Amino acid sequence: MVRVGILALQGDVAEHRRALADAGAEAVSVRRPADLDGVDGLVLPGGESTTVSMLLDSSGLAAPLTRAVRDGMPMFGTCAGMILLASSADDGRPDQRLLGAIDIRVRRNGYGRQAQSFECDLAVDEIDGGPVHAVFIRAPVVVSAGPGVDVLARLPGPGPGTGAAPVVCRQGHVLVSAFHPELTADRRVHQLFLSMIGARSGTGPGVAALVGG
Amino acid sequence: MAPAPDTVPATVASPAAGPVAAGSPQTGTFTVKRGLADMLRGGVIMDVVTADQAKVAEDAGAVAVMALERVPADIRAQGGVARMSDPELVEGIQRAVTIPVMAKARIGHFAEAQILQALQVDYVDESEVLTPADEANHIDKWAFGVPFVCGATNLGEALRRIGEGAAMIRSKGEAGTGNIVEAVRHLRAILGDVRKLTQADPAERYAWAKQLGAPLELVREVADTGRLPVPLFCAGGIATPADAALVMQLGAEAVFVGSGIFKSEDPARRARAVVEATAHFTDPDILVKVSRGLGGAMPGLEVATLEQRLAERGW
Repeated sequence: MVRVGILALQGDVAEHRRALADAGAEAVSVRRPADLDGVDGLVLPGGESTTVSMLLDSSGLAAPLTRAVRDGMPMFGTCAGMILLASSADDGRPDQRLLGAIDIRVRRNGYGRQAQSFECDLAVDEIDGGPVHAVFIRAPVVVSAGPGVDVLARLPGPGPGTGAAPVVCRQGHVLVSAFHPELTADRRVHQLFLSMIGARSGTGPGVAALVGG
Repeated sequence: MAPAPDTVPATVASPAAGPVAAGSPQTGTFTVKRGLADMLRGGVIMDVVTADQAKVAEDAGAVAVMALERVPADIRAQGGVARMSDPELVEGIQRAVTIPVMAKARIGHFAEAQILQALQVDYVDESEVLTPADEANHIDKWAFGVPFVCGATNLGEALRRIGEGAAMIRSKGEAGTGNIVEAVRHLRAILGDVRKLTQADPAERYAWAKQLGAPLELVREVADTGRLPVPLFCAGGIATPADAALVMQLGAEAVFVGSGIFKSEDPARRARAVVEATAHFTDPDILVKVSRGLGGAMPGLEVATLEQRLAERGW
């Protein structure tokens, strides 16, 4: 069984654990560097990115995670997790740590405050079986994405003030989503991530076996 | 706002492509309200009375701040009617930080809640720390797009608040005392009854609903899932990193710290220590490290000597 770590310093860890279990993976919490041993991939959950960034440093995880990114560990970040995986963030705190795993520039709380948080249906490339129901909570906006980044979904614009901004992006072994697939019962986005782990390690099921299944 | 600039090649799905459900994005739904509570889990929400304190809280790793005019310890000491904060204070704090900003409305005072909603605070706390405005009715929270958190001392109270539309529950504890004993009592009461309810057979659930004074549908949901329908946070009396670790181990999913930070000797350091303790609540090595040399905690109060028990407000 694929073993997936969930960065468990703060945020909606429990929802990702349920989603990964439903999608057929073993989920383990990652709070200290030793917890990374033997994981095939890592989920960075939603939460408050400034808090998680600070805790990355104090828990000693910042350096091992930077190494894991360099070594090509598959990673999936939702909302705050997407910010942490991004290469740059507008209006981030000067001490905010970004792992630079995917070539996107993000703006924190880009849709506004909680009053502007929203849910909607949207189509995601490579996910069959109809639209994905997407829940955006004080979500970051992807301001720009580099040439090596595949945009798998955009808001069915015009979204609240931001047009057709990318909301699901992938580069190599790194997947990010501005919304929270873990907050709904639909496991297809998590299955897409597991297929990326499988494709990389050669041990898990391939894309064809999982996506749209 | 202009559409976001975008340097991605046009090989990706255009907005018009693919099956997209009719209708525009929906705001203010229960999923969206509860979703923010989910994102705050494992974090610390700190009471602040100035923009400077809000910055200290954010720097220390708070997941959100509660903007108010007086912390509970001062409300308790100074007496008088405690009301919603001045909008100017709330706005100043909103400008100072990028993390969510919450604010308190009096129990039953829906006009204060309307004002806070118009200010676009991220959560409204219908709070027993303020002087209640209605002795029979809490706010109809379904009538609002802004999410609400409410205090509870037992499972029945928690489910009544959820029935009224609360998207997050916190223990009441005894605010402003720096004494954790009441919060522990409330958490154990709520979670203990959740555990017992999962053992009830379907016929017994009606009696549970009657005994709890709670909506039957919510009683059924708790019995089936073994947890509250919304996140359960702890508030009321947290003063040390060990307090935070205690309530997290008891089953709280995040903590509110009221007077405990800014009534202590070294607020910035204590704030940071409580954040670390909440994240690493099962790791004694880290708890030792963050608890060491913090300076004085807030002076505490013995609950038995209190003239006014805030937790008895609301029902």
